[in-house]
Amino acid sequence: MRGEVVNVSTALTLSGVSRRYGAIAAATSLDLTVAPGEMLTVIGPSGCGKSTMLRMIAGLERPDSGTITIAGDVVADRRNFQEPERRRVGLVFQDHALFPNLTVAKNVAFGLNRLSLPERRKRVAEVLELVRLDHLAARYPHELSGGEQQRVAVARALAPRPAVVLLDEPFSSLDETLRGRVRADIVAVLKETGTTSLLVTHDQTEALSVGDRVVVMHDGVIEQADTPEKVFEQPATRFVASFMGDADFLPANVHNALLTCEIGVVSTVPGWANCDVDVDVVLRPHEVALAPDPGASARVVSLEYRGAFVLHYVRLASGRTLRSWQPHHVRYAPGTAVTVTVASGTSPTLLVDDRAVTEPPIGIAGHALQAPEPFPIPTSR
Amino acid sequence: MSESAVLVDAAVAGQRRSRLTGNGRPLWSAAVLLAAALVAMPVIAVVVDGLGSLNSGSIPQDIGSMVLVTVLLLVGVGAGTLLIGGGLAWLVTAYDFPLRKTLSWALVLPLAMPAYILGFVFLSTFDVGGPVQAGLRAVLGPGAWLPDVRTLAGAVVVLSLTLYPYVYLLARSALVEQSATTYDAARTLGAGRARTLWRVVLPLARPSLAAALALVMMETLTDFATVQYFNVQTVSVGVYLVWKGTFDFNAATQLSVLVLLFAVAVLGGERLLRGRSRFHQKPGRGEGLQPRKLTGWTRWVASLACLGVLGLGFILPVVQLIGWAAGEALASSEPLVDPRFAEYLVNSVTVALLVAVVCAGLALVTGHAQRLGGGPVVATAAQVTTFGYAVPGAVIGIGVLIAFARVDGWLESAGVPGGTGLLVTGSVAGILVAYVVRFLAPAYQAVDASFAKISPALTSSALSLGATPRRLLARVHLPLARRGVAVALALVAIDAVKELPIVLLLRPFGFTTVSVWVYELARENFWEKAALPALGIIAVAVIPVYFLFRRSAGLQAGAVTHAR
Repeated sequence: MRGEVVNVSTALTLSGVSRRYGAIAAATSLDLTVAPGEMLTVIGPSGCGKSTMLRMIAGLERPDSGTITIAGDVVADRRNFQEPERRRVGLVFQDHALFPNLTVAKNVAFGLNRLSLPERRKRVAEVLELVRLDHLAARYPHELSGGEQQRVAVARALAPRPAVVLLDEPFSSLDETLRGRVRADIVAVLKETGTTSLLVTHDQTEALSVGDRVVVMHDGVIEQADTPEKVFEQPATRFVASFMGDADFLPANVHNALLTCEIGVVSTVPGWANCDVDVDVVLRPHEVALAPDPGASARVVSLEYRGAFVLHYVRLASGRTLRSWQPHHVRYAPGTAVTVTVASGTSPTLLVDDRAVTEPPIGIAGHALQAPEPFPIPTSR
Repeated sequence: MSESAVLVDAAVAGQRRSRLTGNGRPLWSAAVLLAAALVAMPVIAVVVDGLGSLNSGSIPQDIGSMVLVTVLLLVGVGAGTLLIGGGLAWLVTAYDFPLRKTLSWALVLPLAMPAYILGFVFLSTFDVGGPVQAGLRAVLGPGAWLPDVRTLAGAVVVLSLTLYPYVYLLARSALVEQSATTYDAARTLGAGRARTLWRVVLPLARPSLAAALALVMMETLTDFATVQYFNVQTVSVGVYLVWKGTFDFNAATQLSVLVLLFAVAVLGGERLLRGRSRFHQKPGRGEGLQPRKLTGWTRWVASLACLGVLGLGFILPVVQLIGWAAGEALASSEPLVDPRFAEYLVNSVTVALLVAVVCAGLALVTGHAQRLGGGPVVATAAQVTTFGYAVPGAVIGIGVLIAFARVDGWLESAGVPGGTGLLVTGSVAGILVAYVVRFLAPAYQAVDASFAKISPALTSSALSLGATPRRLLARVHLPLARRGVAVALALVAIDAVKELPIVLLLRPFGFTTVSVWVYELARENFWEKAALPALGIIAVAVIPVYFLFRRSAGLQAGAVTHAR
């Protein structure tokens, strides 16, 4: 937890939330705090527990242990369990889940049955205008395009002014061309209304580009919950590094603040003076530079043309493979001998036992007297 | 009969996925448990009472012959339906001949012919006084030996002719759908048509055939009206005669335990035959078995074989009934419709509507509660509600009687004056309860099929939008499952109008339905008078056959129908 955040009221808190299905731990001790108005993207491989987390927040699933708080109300803990209809949580699904027997306006009004009729009409018009679909109020869902259906689904979820909106892979049923536009529309609406939201996705680019913060899950555990930049540039674990973008790992050594691995000196590590530690260094393809050199021992093995750039696979003397992005006009034929270096200015992530370290591990280190380096990695647990 | 829905469901099953949404709601879950308890009640009552009275010593003497006759009847009808149903399914699938398309669906029609109606038409034609024997005697002389039709063999013929469509339908769907891709694969691997049939198609169809046979035997076991025309004394007949003749509770209960054992044996046999193969192959794409065109006289033989079965099982009896009804209308000076007909019709319709509403309602509640979660207990209970179709009518009847007697006893001991006499005066209630137990399965399956098409996300959305379970039911689940509910209402109402054994067993003195009336008139050989109500029952019974046919045709097309 981030201890220094002084009790600003939070929109959603999970603490120690766990759920098992028989022998399978779908969620293990999840801790998460979401500030009002924040948009979080949740990502992980299938079966990582992201849907379980969503279902527990919505009240469709009861946690085995832990506490869930929504807008200050405890909705689930050891004693209490609030049913979904009393939680003020909005849900948006991949298949839109509009009521096929109701018009657009009636779909949107479904959650407003406690309002008086004029109020209800006003609110329906409001949210439909928000998603720019006021002209389709009388249509039935099957008369709308996929993108329009999804906008209605968002309008319907927003209508009762929920404390938090959960979107479960809302764009994955839309085709590629439509997707970007619908996503931009919907994200704009959520931001405009200051809605707290959790958006589950399996698309890394989507997770990084849309979220104020990105929650990466794996095997029922939150591996990292942080800004997109930090998740990408300072992954907290080996899994996050390899899941969020391409990453290669090389065994390396830090000796007297100097990070060295097979390809030579990578960088200096401030604060790691007086120590001699074995680590793994995380190298992303854009950080790896190549230069043809007939005398070098590394060889280009294969190329993948990716449009804007060409991904080069390079085999090092040890047999390990590194990947390197080269501008699209640069192609080193397979077999070319190259020297491999790390682009200047890179300060790569170091891993010990699959976790990122920012200071010399206790016990191995000599003295770590200086203040920690400028990028403390907040771990979410 | 109620199994029509079960049959269709067998084809739809396997597409099941987890569709629970939530953690269960105590009240709704309790309603499902209650429905399950209701269905389980007669069986439990019979077992408990039967075991309790084992040493009371009043075991009927002719029990041995009853068991033997039952076994012979089951085996005979099983073999008969397998031969007729399986043979016809193979014929219309593997060969092309005149009228094949029409015949391939018309062969399902005998499903609409209750055995107790075909039975008396059959007897009127072939029995001693009937036109066939009269004609033969005229030719052969009055002393000539002629076979007695009021025998086990006669019962086997009649039951086989009405029950073969079960085998026909399942065998045909196995031949057409299940093995299409496998058939193609076998043919490309070099197996000939005949070899593919024996090595691939039949083994694949075996589970379907086993299921169909089990259905046929259950229907046979439930019947104790038709077989009585033929003086065949099965254990189910035994229950009926003992109860109606002597009101000997103990003996009737012990016999129903025996009927129950037969049912268990049939289901066990099905499991055994099915082996470890889990059927419901995905209907794959493929050409599958292509009908080979018959030429020359063989094609007419094929057409005649189908027409013959259809004629005996449906067309000729219907024509005969129409003839009688018309003759009756022209000849008699009495009013065309017996005044009692109206009363009996009202009885039938009232009972049918009540039972249909209760069954469809329970089915809807069960589907709804399952959607709301509740875990394995509720899921199991929902399955239990469908077991009633596998319990023979005699067991349900006696079980309900026992349970009512118990309730009566409790009320009496609780100080309710005179006990209430539920056992006697409440027997119409008994009929209702017994019908619900028996017909909840088709209702549930129809409603459940509709629920399967409702996305779980829809349920979740409605809940998150603040809908209480009751509002969720009224605004979302009911409107979206309305088609299934309508099918359930229709199927149950029709089954209830047709149903005979349970009402025979449980009806209070003076309470008659149309089916009972037909049966009684037929027993007294007033065939002409029975014709009109019998035609009415057949007309009503054709409706679910139509449903069944449309739904299975839809399945074959594999069309993804839009939800709206």
